[in-house]
Amino acid sequence: MEAFTQHRGRVVPLDRANVDTDAIIPKQFLKSVKRTGFGESLFHAWRYLSPSEEHGEHRLNPDFVLNHPHHQGASILLARQNFGCGSSREHAVWALGEAGFRVVIAPSYSEIFFSNCFKNGLLPIVLDENMVDQLFQQVEALRGYELMVDLEARQIETHHGQRIPFEINEFHRTCLLEGLDEIGLTLQHRDEIEAYEARRQEQAPWLFHGPAEAAE
Amino acid sequence: MAGKTLYDKLWDDHVVHRNPDGAVLLYIDRHLVHEVTSPQAFEGLKIAGRPVWRVDSMLATADHNVPTTDRSQGIQDVVSRIQVETLDANCRDFGVVEFGMNDPRQGIVHVIGPEQGATLPGMTVVCGDSHTATHGAFGALAFGIGTSEVEHVMATQCLVQHRMKNMLVRVNGRLSPGVTAKDLILAIIGRIGTAGATGYAIEFGGEGIHALSMEGRMTVCNMAIEAGARSGMVAVDDVTIEYLADRPYSPKGAMFERAVKAWRTLHSDPDAVFDQVVELDASRLAPQVTWGTSPEMVLDVDGMIPDPQQEPDPTRREGIERALIYMDLKPGMRPADIKLDRVFIGSCTNSRIEDLRAAAEVVRGRTVAPSVRQAMVVPGSGLIKRQAEQEGLDRIFVDAGFEWREPGCSMCLAMNADRLGPGEHCASTSNRNFEGRQGHGGRTHLVSPPMAAAAAVAGHFVDSRQYSTTV
Repeated sequence: MEAFTQHRGRVVPLDRANVDTDAIIPKQFLKSVKRTGFGESLFHAWRYLSPSEEHGEHRLNPDFVLNHPHHQGASILLARQNFGCGSSREHAVWALGEAGFRVVIAPSYSEIFFSNCFKNGLLPIVLDENMVDQLFQQVEALRGYELMVDLEARQIETHHGQRIPFEINEFHRTCLLEGLDEIGLTLQHRDEIEAYEARRQEQAPWLFHGPAEAAE
Repeated sequence: MAGKTLYDKLWDDHVVHRNPDGAVLLYIDRHLVHEVTSPQAFEGLKIAGRPVWRVDSMLATADHNVPTTDRSQGIQDVVSRIQVETLDANCRDFGVVEFGMNDPRQGIVHVIGPEQGATLPGMTVVCGDSHTATHGAFGALAFGIGTSEVEHVMATQCLVQHRMKNMLVRVNGRLSPGVTAKDLILAIIGRIGTAGATGYAIEFGGEGIHALSMEGRMTVCNMAIEAGARSGMVAVDDVTIEYLADRPYSPKGAMFERAVKAWRTLHSDPDAVFDQVVELDASRLAPQVTWGTSPEMVLDVDGMIPDPQQEPDPTRREGIERALIYMDLKPGMRPADIKLDRVFIGSCTNSRIEDLRAAAEVVRGRTVAPSVRQAMVVPGSGLIKRQAEQEGLDRIFVDAGFEWREPGCSMCLAMNADRLGPGEHCASTSNRNFEGRQGHGGRTHLVSPPMAAAAAVAGHFVDSRQYSTTV
């Protein structure tokens, strides 16, 4: 996974609450068995005019904020509360990443989406509603509005030089900063996992008679 | 020191390692797998050359993409077919037990887990699907995960997790006849909102919950995610234990007795402290109908669609305005004013035998309104389908003009051919009414099985209790 330390980028404001993962990446694009190829389907129903459910050429919807010419190349998505609610599909994060996003800023997220972000080098920042409101006003007032996000310092610097601190738990921060392979990290505790299993087998042996065994 | 909540007990029982930064390595007992969120995880294992840690913890089935019509010709949609075949191949390669498309036990992953006794009290249960909360009905800690976490569980049998806060939703009184577990959970979501339980694990308790069957409890826990909670759960009682006796993967004989002793401790201690408590009176509840594009946009069947001008919060007001436009509805309209094009009875929320019985009771001797283009029943599993046919429910539905289909997720998310056309209104027993969820431009109204059945007969929403024969 690509490490994340600092990122400067242009901001696109998506001014609606409860943006669900069906909106971020509709189900007809989840049939792929690959991790790539989702970027152009990001926000499909909003981004294209009369989008049918099929793949293929679609005309961009000029009214959708991501399509505004001055937002092309934006890499920071400013959003409202409960962003990423609904389905667990990690494809939503893959689509955002492929479309060039490295950071999302919102007052709150759905938990599964939030957790999926950290596995893919996408930083979801939580700021309080007032601060998010202020950022919306600033972004909408200035074309080419940029933010500088510093994960090491846990701080955002606005286009106007204002510094906004943000909180993030240490585990997530470390994983992003170092681009860690979480599985490799967990496997360093192999002995503890095996010890736990041995203990549980004594206490609750019925938990270890699974489908595979019953099938034999 | 205060006692423990059910969630605290389940959490503490599964801690393998505590990081100094507060994260915990949590052991996973059961891993359910389906075709949509697993291929990239299996591929990740193969690329890294990692084996599956405990293959007997896994159970797989194909549900999202499978056709619900005749399966003898296979899957016509090439991309869907490749995804299902990829699951078959991965399960073969790694030795995972899979109920493939033509296995009589195949069905929706959240239906077959409990049906097979693969979901047991005291377990941690995960699946790459947000409706995994369903399994919490058994006094299990069950939650949905993304594909990277699917791979993590396969490789390590663990997940890195942070502890949630505790919320108790206490349901006082009992539901009146004709009002279902679906109405209850929709009312709860309407009360606390779609992000009301974000950061919490919900325990559903009180008389109104423990009076429910296991199937009703699964319906309630299933939609915990629609209130923002990754997990919902119910304490173990006699109903739980009775359900589990003699399931294919349940422990047997002396082992079952020993397990029951442990399961009996799976409840919150009387002096346990919850971070938040929400109370609801079940006895006053009416059947519910969602009118908008979020499950919290819900009404009593005789209620009125809200006027955005009355909403003081600007973000919420815009949400209501946008939903009214998308749904083509006006403030002041009532559910009875909504004409329906399609009716869908199915999904991991409401496709179990009791759901089908409740719907059939409404439909018996009646017919689907001519204005309804399509009404379909999609059982949750092959075994439920067979059971329903033995009870003659299929005849009741077919005689009334319903289509009787093969099991799968079907029109809940429309990944297969079952979907709404643009602008169509659907009475659906599923769990999400998001824009485009059931098909691009489709308009979903979430209801209970008897309410969906009554809507099919009337062609618009009606209080299903007026069709009931048992009141």
